Amino acid sequence: MNVRFLPRIGRALLLPVLALLAALVIGALVMWISGDDPIKAYQGLFSGAFGNGRGWASTVRRMVPLILTGLSVAVAFKAGLFNIGASGQFLMGTVFSVAVGLYFAALPLAIHLPLALLAGVLGGMLWGAIPGALKVYTGAHEVIVTIMLNYIASLFTGWTVFAGTQGQAHGPLWDKAAGAISTTPDIAESARIPLLFAAPYRVHTGIFLVLVVVIFIWWLLYKTTIGFEIRTVGQNLKAAQYAGMHVNWTIILTMLIAGGLAGLAGAIETLGVNYKFAPEFGGAVGFAGITVALLGQTNPFGVVLAAFMFGALDAGAAKMQFDAGVSTDIIQIIQALVLTFVAAPLIIRTIFRLRQVDGLMKSAPGVSWGK
Amino acid sequence: MATTNRSKFWKASSLFSIGWVVVLLVLAILVNTTSLKNQEWLRILFGTSALSYMLRASVPLILGALSGILCERSGIVNIGIEGMMLAGAFAAFVAKVATNSWPLTASLFFGVLIALLIGALMGLLHATLSIRFRMDQIISGTIIIILATGFSSYLFNRDAVAEGKFAMIRIPLLADIPVIGPVFFENPPLTYLALILVVVVHVALFYTRWGLRTRAVGEHPRAADTVGINVNRYRYMNTMIGGMLAALAGAFLVLEAVGQFQEGMTAGRGFIALAAMIFGNWNPFGALGASLLFGYTEALQNELLLAGVASIPRQFVSMLPYIVTIIAVSGFVGRVRPPAAEGKVYETEGH
Repeated sequence: MNVRFLPRIGRALLLPVLALLAALVIGALVMWISGDDPIKAYQGLFSGAFGNGRGWASTVRRMVPLILTGLSVAVAFKAGLFNIGASGQFLMGTVFSVAVGLYFAALPLAIHLPLALLAGVLGGMLWGAIPGALKVYTGAHEVIVTIMLNYIASLFTGWTVFAGTQGQAHGPLWDKAAGAISTTPDIAESARIPLLFAAPYRVHTGIFLVLVVVIFIWWLLYKTTIGFEIRTVGQNLKAAQYAGMHVNWTIILTMLIAGGLAGLAGAIETLGVNYKFAPEFGGAVGFAGITVALLGQTNPFGVVLAAFMFGALDAGAAKMQFDAGVSTDIIQIIQALVLTFVAAPLIIRTIFRLRQVDGLMKSAPGVSWGK
Repeated sequence: MATTNRSKFWKASSLFSIGWVVVLLVLAILVNTTSLKNQEWLRILFGTSALSYMLRASVPLILGALSGILCERSGIVNIGIEGMMLAGAFAAFVAKVATNSWPLTASLFFGVLIALLIGALMGLLHATLSIRFRMDQIISGTIIIILATGFSSYLFNRDAVAEGKFAMIRIPLLADIPVIGPVFFENPPLTYLALILVVVVHVALFYTRWGLRTRAVGEHPRAADTVGINVNRYRYMNTMIGGMLAALAGAFLVLEAVGQFQEGMTAGRGFIALAAMIFGNWNPFGALGASLLFGYTEALQNELLLAGVASIPRQFVSMLPYIVTIIAVSGFVGRVRPPAAEGKVYETEGH
C-alpha cells in the first residue's frame, strides 16, 4: 500500500494507530487463548473510558500524570538518554510535595500550592540529577543507575510513611490516626489543586498547568539554543563536542528537566487526586512514561495524544475487569505490544505492506550503552 | 590472540573481584575456627550463615551475568535479562505445578527444561527484534521486561501451589572442610550448576573456535564477516543461549530458593546481574567475583535485619545492594571496556 496521498500529519499518526490496532488484535488473541472473552473485554474497556461523563473524567484524570512522565522520558530521549527512572522521580516528587502539603498549613493557597508543586519538581530533579551527574563524571550508564534509584526511591518513600514495628520507629510522615496502616494524613486544603468539575467527575485544574508545560517543553526543544544543544547531543555527540557545545552540562540539564517533569507528575497526582501518599500508589505511571514517549514519537504533542490513549486504557481497565472478568494485567501486555510495534516500524510495515514514504514511520530514538 | 586475552584476564578483571573473595574466605576461616566467633559483629560479617546466604543470593546474579556476557560478547546488548529471568521463573513454576503428581526429581527437572525453552524463545525474540527488525537493543530489552511482567501477572493463577523443591546434595569429603565445606559443598544442584557454568563459559569463550568467533563478531563484525563468519547467526545463537541462562536463574528462584512463584519476584536481580557483568569486565570469573560481592551485600542486609543490631530503619538496610550497584557501575565503568561493536546492527555491504 502506498500512503503518499496522506497529508503529513496523517502519515505521522498512521504508525501509532496501526500499532495500537495490531496490539489490540494480539491482545484479543491472548485473552481468547487463555479463556477470556475479548469482545466483552474491549466493550467494557471502551465504555469504562468513554461510556459516560464519569468515564471521560477518569480518562482525563489518568492522562494528566502520563503526559508529564511521557514528556520526562521524551526529553531525555532527545539527548540520547534513556530515563527509566521516571517512576523513582515520580515517587520522590510525590513525597516532597506531600511533605510541604502537610506542613506550612497556615499559608494561603496562592503560596502553599505553588510551594508544594515546586517541592515536587525539586524532588524529581534531585533524583534526575544523580544519574545525569554520574554519567558525566564517572561514565555510569543511566539505565542501570536510574533503575537502582527506582528501588531506592521506593524504599525511601515507603520508609517516610512506615507505620512502625516493635523494633523500629514510624516514619516522619506517617498518619497516627491510620494505626497499623502505612500512609500519610490528608494534606492541608490550601495545598490542594482546585477542581474543575466536582465529584463524581473530579477533574482538577492541574490539566491547564500541564498543557502549559507541554507548550513550554516544545518551545524549549525546538525554539531555543538549549533545545538545539539537547537535540544535537542526542543525534551526534561528536558533532556537538566539535561545535564547542557544553555536552556534559547539557546531559545534566536534560536529566534535571526530565526529573523535574516526572517529579511534577507526582506532585500533581498527589495535590490534585490522592491528597496523600501511601506506598501502594506506586510509581507505575513513571514506567508507563517510556511507552507514552515512544508512542508519541518523542514529540511533545504526540506525547499528549499517546497519554490520552493510555489514560483511556487505564480508565477502562477497571470496568473491563468488572464486566468481563479479565485481569487488568492484560493492559500491560497490550501496552508492551504497542511499544514493540512503535519501536520497530519495520514489523508494522511488513504486516500492513506499507511502502516507505517521507515522514512515515521514523524509527525509535537511538540510545547506546558504551559511551 | 589467546595469550593476550589470558594475560588481560588475569591482570585486569579478576584481581579485585576474585581477590576480595579470597580475603573474605580467609577472614571467615580465621573467625570461625578461633574464639573470635563469640564477637557478635564478627559473626554477622563472617559467620557461615552469612557466607551461605551470600552464595544463595549470588546464584541468580552469576547466571544473569553469564547471560549478559554471552549476548554482549557477540554484540547484542541485553538489558532484558530481568524479563527473561521472570519468564523463566514463571515457566518453571507452571511446569512444576502441572507435574506435581510426577516423582519430585522428574517434575523439578521438567520445570528447569521448560524454563530453558522459554528462555531460548525470549532470547530469540530479543535477537529478532534487534537484528531482523533493527530495533534499538535497549528498547527491545525494555519490551522483553514489560512483556514478561505483563504475561506472568496476567497468566498467574494465585491458587496454584508447587509442591517440593530441589534438595541439598552433600559432596562427601569436600563438605568436611571447615567453613568452606558447609558453604560451598552442601548445596542444591542448580547452585553447583551455576558455578560449573562459570568455568564452562570461560573455557568456551577463550579456548574454543566458537568463543573466538563470538568475540570477533562482537568486536569487529566487518572483519569477522570478511573471513566468512556469519555474524548474525552467532548473534542469534548467543542471545538464545543467554536467554536460557537468564531463565535458569529464574528457575533457580522458583525451584531451589523460594519454592513458589511471586509476581515480580526477580526484584531487580537482572539489573544487578548486568552491573556484575560490567564490574567483572565482561569476563566470567570477574562476573563471579562481582556477583558474590553483590550477594554478600544482600547477605549482610539479611544478617543485620535478623540480628536486629542495627538501629538504622530496615528500609535503609534494604537499599544496600542497590547502592553498592550504583557505586560499582560508577567506580568501574571507566576502567572496563565493553565489546566494541555492541549495540550496533550489522549489515552486510552492498545489501
